[in-house]
Amino acid sequence: MVAQSDFRAEIVDGIRANSVAGGIGARYLRHLILAGKRRAINLRRDPMSIDIDTARKVAKLARIRVEEAALPKLAEQLSGILGFMEQLNEVDVTGIEPMVSVTPMRLARRADVVTDGNQQAAVLANAPDAREGFFAVPKVVE
Amino acid sequence: MLDLTYEAPKPKVIAGVKHDWELVIGMEIHAQVSSNSKLFSGASTQVGAEPNANVAFVDAAMPGMLPVINEYCIAQAVRSGLGLKAQINLRSAFDRKNYFYPDLPQGYQISQLYHPIVGEGEVLVELSPGVARLVRVERIHLEQDAGKSIHDMDPTMSFVDFNRTGVALMEIVSRPDIRGPEEAAAYVVKLRQILRYLGTCDGNMQNGNLRADVNVSVCRVGQYEKYQASQDFSHLGTRCEIKNMNSMKFIQMAIDYEARRQIAILEDGGTVTQETRLYDPDKNETRSMRSKEEAHDYRYFPCPDLLPLEIEQAWVDDIAASMPELPDAKKARFMGDFGLTDYDANVLTADLESAAFFEAVAQGRDGKQAANWVINELFGRLNKEGKSIADSPVSAGQLGGVLDLIAKGTITGKMAKDLFEIIWNEGGDPAEVAAARGMQQVTDTGAIEAALDALIAANPDQVEKAKVNAKLAGWFTGQVLKSTGGKANPAVVGAMVAQKLGL
Repeated sequence: MVAQSDFRAEIVDGIRANSVAGGIGARYLRHLILAGKRRAINLRRDPMSIDIDTARKVAKLARIRVEEAALPKLAEQLSGILGFMEQLNEVDVTGIEPMVSVTPMRLARRADVVTDGNQQAAVLANAPDAREGFFAVPKVVE
Repeated sequence: MLDLTYEAPKPKVIAGVKHDWELVIGMEIHAQVSSNSKLFSGASTQVGAEPNANVAFVDAAMPGMLPVINEYCIAQAVRSGLGLKAQINLRSAFDRKNYFYPDLPQGYQISQLYHPIVGEGEVLVELSPGVARLVRVERIHLEQDAGKSIHDMDPTMSFVDFNRTGVALMEIVSRPDIRGPEEAAAYVVKLRQILRYLGTCDGNMQNGNLRADVNVSVCRVGQYEKYQASQDFSHLGTRCEIKNMNSMKFIQMAIDYEARRQIAILEDGGTVTQETRLYDPDKNETRSMRSKEEAHDYRYFPCPDLLPLEIEQAWVDDIAASMPELPDAKKARFMGDFGLTDYDANVLTADLESAAFFEAVAQGRDGKQAANWVINELFGRLNKEGKSIADSPVSAGQLGGVLDLIAKGTITGKMAKDLFEIIWNEGGDPAEVAAARGMQQVTDTGAIEAALDALIAANPDQVEKAKVNAKLAGWFTGQVLKSTGGKANPAVVGAMVAQKLGL
């Protein structure tokens, strides 16, 4: 597990670098994360945190059809991703403000003016079924 | 300003077979933000448009479209927060609440789970004079509304309209401080009144612009006090959420039904399952929305399309400086400045239009008399004809003119009612109309006296009867009023009758 602890040290350094050096640090961190992701999946062989039932449920919630035979592999891959997240969680980030963006930007805003709409045909253009201006979908009633 | 102190109401107690039970209620109110365009797009919020006409590609969740926040909607949420004396969070953030439904094209609702824009506030809910519940508000967050599905246009298909999709909502979440069905309805009424004063939500419940999710649980007597002392929910019962209520009456009926259902389960030795339920007004019952259960796994995560929302204290201060007078303050002022009763002040401050109308009539006049006329004559008449104050055929100036004629002694109260009727139907300046129609009370006591003397001389037996039974003196007053065509002041005539007959 030498590689793993090295990796952890790199991440900590990366975050420290980010907190003092802004953008450069952020790029460094991203590089480390991407590198880490590749490594984490190969490195971690912990008991799977995502079992097959959970994988099936997640797929259903996301409305993605996954064949029964493909579920074990999906569960393993998801577990790998979570394993990497767990590694990240081991980093002590006390006192470090979460970084939400690498660009020094404020959330862009709009004035309260109607500038869009009146394009019913365009909105409905890709719908498999549309009638009388509505999207028509298989009946959904509570 | 009048200092109003309140006593907390008693909680509603329902007697079960084995014990008494108390209700604990928390509410989530979804209030549509009054704005021209949607929360994250430039499409109109106007109702009544063609289906899918008020839809930008952002609202339809076309690939690659990005949300851009409407600054006015942020201001409206801040204004609402200030109106509830709430903490304003200068930094908030948006999250995605993921679920699939045909009326939600994105597959997620953009909301604010982790960092809402408004924090803790309060609503004072008055239940009777001097009795009020202070309901704590936990938070207000901004989020997108969903679209609308129509199920009755086709036997096998549902029709979906995205006009409402993406319209800004404020979700106002209360603490479980509401203790009965009447309090719950009164809370919605008060919150709606405040939002309407602020102009942040039009409060139209019929259109669904204000709707409530009601969380109901029951507990044994004494448990709630333990919860309040510790803020530990384990002292309370398991709650059920009744979704999407948009009528004060149904809110009360649904809570009552739900509480009794839970009590029956508990007294039978069972346990209440936390779930979402729907109220059916036709059957007066709530039933489980099983389909919602799995969807409750919303897998929230920060919305990667939107940076955190940062606002400046100075901007919040500007909004605070432009706040209107709110219902509690207005009511206190009406009671203090115009000497109104609690009841009259409540009626007249129910909405801004009524309050403004009353103030215009009362300004420089007798406040109590103005209140009586506005409430009894004007509102009575408006109600009868199903009109709102905005459509009143009689303006505040005209009603004030009628009251001036009474105050000057030109017309009697009875004449004033006739004059009001004429102005209602035909309009015109009250003083001119009264003059043109010869509406003027006889103030010449000589004429009244002459008429009364003649009456007494002609009816000696009535005089005798009146002397035995003073109530019969009213006959003389009536006759004089009749002979003067209702133009004499009844009080003046009555006094003169009493004097002449030596009563």
